[in-house]
Amino acid sequence: MAGVIARRARKQRAFRWTVLIVLGVFFLLPFLAMVEFSTRDPQTWPLLVNWPELSERYPALSEGILASLLQASLTALLMLVLLVPTAVWVRLRLPRLRRLVEFICLLPLTIPAIVLVVGLAPVYAWVNYFLGGSSVTLVFAYTILVLPYAYRAIDAGLSAIDVKTLAEAARSLGAGWGTVMWRVVLPNIRSAVLSAAFLTVALVLGEYTIASLLNRTNLQVAINFLGKSSATMSVAVSLTALLLAFVLLLLLSLLGGRRRRASAVEAAPAVPASVAAKESPL
Amino acid sequence: MTGVAVHLNGLRRTFGTVHALDNLDLSIEPGEFVALLGPSGCGKTTALRVLAGLEDADSGQVLVGGEDVTALPANRRDMGMVFQAYSLFPHLTALANVSFGLSLRGRSKSAGRARDMLELVGIDSFADRYPHQLSGGQQQRVALARALAIEPSVLLLDEPLSALDAKVRVQLRDEIRRIQTEVGTTTLFVTHDQEEALAVADRVGVMRAGKLEQLAAPSDIYLTPATPFVAEFVGLSNRLPGTVVGNEVEVLGTRLPLLSPASSASVTALVRPESVVVEASPTGTGRVLTTSFLGPISKVTVTVGELLVVAQVATDRLGSLAPGTPVEVSLAPNPVALA
Amino acid sequence: MAEIATTVPQRVAKPPRLRGVTTLLGTVPFFAFVTAFLIIPTLVVVFGAFAGDEGGVTLANVKALGNSYILDAFGRSIALSLISALVGAVLGALLAYALTTAKPEGILRRTVTAAAGVLAQFGGVTLAFAFLATIGLSGFVTVWLRETFNFDLYANGVWLFELPGLTLVYTYFQIPLMVIVFLPALDGIRPQWREAIESLGGTTWQYWTRVAGPLLAPAFLGSFLLLFANSFSAYATAAALVSQGSPLIPLQIRGALTSEVLLGQQNVGKAMALGMVIVVSVVMTLYTLLQRRTSKWLG
Repeated sequence: MAGVIARRARKQRAFRWTVLIVLGVFFLLPFLAMVEFSTRDPQTWPLLVNWPELSERYPALSEGILASLLQASLTALLMLVLLVPTAVWVRLRLPRLRRLVEFICLLPLTIPAIVLVVGLAPVYAWVNYFLGGSSVTLVFAYTILVLPYAYRAIDAGLSAIDVKTLAEAARSLGAGWGTVMWRVVLPNIRSAVLSAAFLTVALVLGEYTIASLLNRTNLQVAINFLGKSSATMSVAVSLTALLLAFVLLLLLSLLGGRRRRASAVEAAPAVPASVAAKESPL
Repeated sequence: MTGVAVHLNGLRRTFGTVHALDNLDLSIEPGEFVALLGPSGCGKTTALRVLAGLEDADSGQVLVGGEDVTALPANRRDMGMVFQAYSLFPHLTALANVSFGLSLRGRSKSAGRARDMLELVGIDSFADRYPHQLSGGQQQRVALARALAIEPSVLLLDEPLSALDAKVRVQLRDEIRRIQTEVGTTTLFVTHDQEEALAVADRVGVMRAGKLEQLAAPSDIYLTPATPFVAEFVGLSNRLPGTVVGNEVEVLGTRLPLLSPASSASVTALVRPESVVVEASPTGTGRVLTTSFLGPISKVTVTVGELLVVAQVATDRLGSLAPGTPVEVSLAPNPVALA
Repeated sequence: MAEIATTVPQRVAKPPRLRGVTTLLGTVPFFAFVTAFLIIPTLVVVFGAFAGDEGGVTLANVKALGNSYILDAFGRSIALSLISALVGAVLGALLAYALTTAKPEGILRRTVTAAAGVLAQFGGVTLAFAFLATIGLSGFVTVWLRETFNFDLYANGVWLFELPGLTLVYTYFQIPLMVIVFLPALDGIRPQWREAIESLGGTTWQYWTRVAGPLLAPAFLGSFLLLFANSFSAYATAAALVSQGSPLIPLQIRGALTSEVLLGQQNVGKAMALGMVIVVSVVMTLYTLLQRRTSKWLG
């Protein structure tokens, strides 16, 4: 009995598991190290889960955490309010502007955060003047940062449902544009919108560059600051933040995985739609 | 070049509880064109791929030209294969694709032979085009040229026309037959389209559930189907009740010879539409229900009592057979199979 | 019954030009926002690079880029990006290939792909601290090596906070990024090509060198470029690990912004930023071109 094909399948399996185990160790090691490191001081974890005491001992940290949570939710909101109507509107009414909008949305990929922050300094001088210097105003800059990922996700969602045909069908039945948006398009791009929101939250929680260089606080800035005073606590917080991001993006992957890989290579000229890539918020 | 004989002996292949190949025996004469026909899942593609070496059978033998190749890997069997789609290398021109097999064997004169093959399949003017610049039919011609360029002892075609438009399909299948006759390679052709199989093959093998139900010339498959499955899978049939009288069956008042003995007195006979004769007659027992214009011939559906009978008529008779017309239905005395 | 014909109030269509204007209005919020927070900052950088301290146009800032410490920083940034991109590309490609040999919808592939998505995004401060906990001066592995093998990881200096250390840390997110970006191309390799080669008598080696290799080359190169741009633009990880000096360009820009800078060179930071943008844009353009080729063959 030949079994030539079977032999090849066996060889592939051996290769597959070797690669996975070797790289798996490399990638899991830091996580294990963080667990070990953070438990060197037995008080670290109990303190972390005790919010009132945590805010008392490390006010900067709790401030940073709250700021990040606020920033994440507000950015997601601003992104949705700004991007979804525009993306749909351009598709349905202004197809000639579509290239321009796409170009603009992908522009942040070519402009690293460190470069953007240089140019943001004067703009934020105005923001400070009108809205004060709170960390929440970072939401404006963050919305720009998430544009490429959010736009890709929403655009892919709109393509998948052939929004043009749906809108035409609704219009032929007598619907006005508001109805089309609210009752026809939006319910059908729920998963795309959710993906965009998830990506936004993950990105904002991981952002450091702009926050630190504009002298504001967020989770990452707080962790960095904390590292100077308590190594174990900073590692513990890092681990928690990581696991949170992991859960978030895992949910997103499972969600986006349901969408068929409809020409995945085409749908990602710069970045895969459902999963964040290129510009980590570094 | 004359082809070699191919023998598949006792092939078995099981996936879990499904028998893809169930003790399959198939012999192909040198230079013969055999079509394997059957519904999806019947095992015809599996049989082809086992012959090609792209899949392993659980047991059985594959003999090519008298040699046992069962243990040989695919790239050492001397076969040319044409796939259903997507098999051309996208980064090479048509010419480069065709000469690819030759270049693997280190033949320096491959360009000349490659051009000859492209000419044979009729697209030498597209030699410098890339696959994405060719239509589906053109791509399959290139694929055929590529398979033949290496002068294989067996040519394997895995539903090569299924992904093409109807008109291209008809055109290309005749081309494939012409080319095969000219080159003389033993050929196994897999398809689920019975018209295709009957039109091009020397012999047709009808498969079901991993077994060969009948292997015979197209006319034999059509006129004298060996089993009820073959009778119903190939061509259209009317299912009409009949009573057995000796070795004949009486259907709609006509005595018809039986192809195989009946097991009971009351049977269902499978009658082809072209065997049904329909005459407009004011005293007829039947009534025309609908008509279907199909070009050179047309179909007429007639109700006879509770039965629905489909008949094939020449199109110029349609005028006298409008829906509602009373008709007399009789059957031509051709032998029939039983369901 | 006589009915008074009532006319349904017709919606009068707006004249085309007016309709176009109101439609455009719908995009005003978006464009206004983007102008304020993206276009203007970009212009600030571009024009600021050529602005003199007292106003007016000058090339002094750009010339200042020729200073040895800035050139060194550029050099180190590029070296770091090249190496981490290369290591990430090769190992990531191997991992991606390993994934394609598994069942397409199976748990293994889905989990690893999801994990890759997370790790590619995982950067910045948390990554730096993770590595400090692993191979930092009192990290888990460092201590274990010292106690078990009497081996001092930092006998020849603390390389973690220098280029070698940064390269190691950067590969941690480069490899997953490679998997994400390269996997679609690998999926585009049709099994029929391998089978066609086999039926033509080709060997595995010939398959890889004559068909799969050439077909995947643009995708591999493109992904490598993407990894390069990613590493080049990175800031937070380096900022968290390197507290003294500014060996990399992003850190030099940090210095320029936090006014660790000599008077008269305020806009050199903008010039450096412009330099970065140029490098990244060139790389991204090449990447886009290669992607087009890839999608033609493997899309």
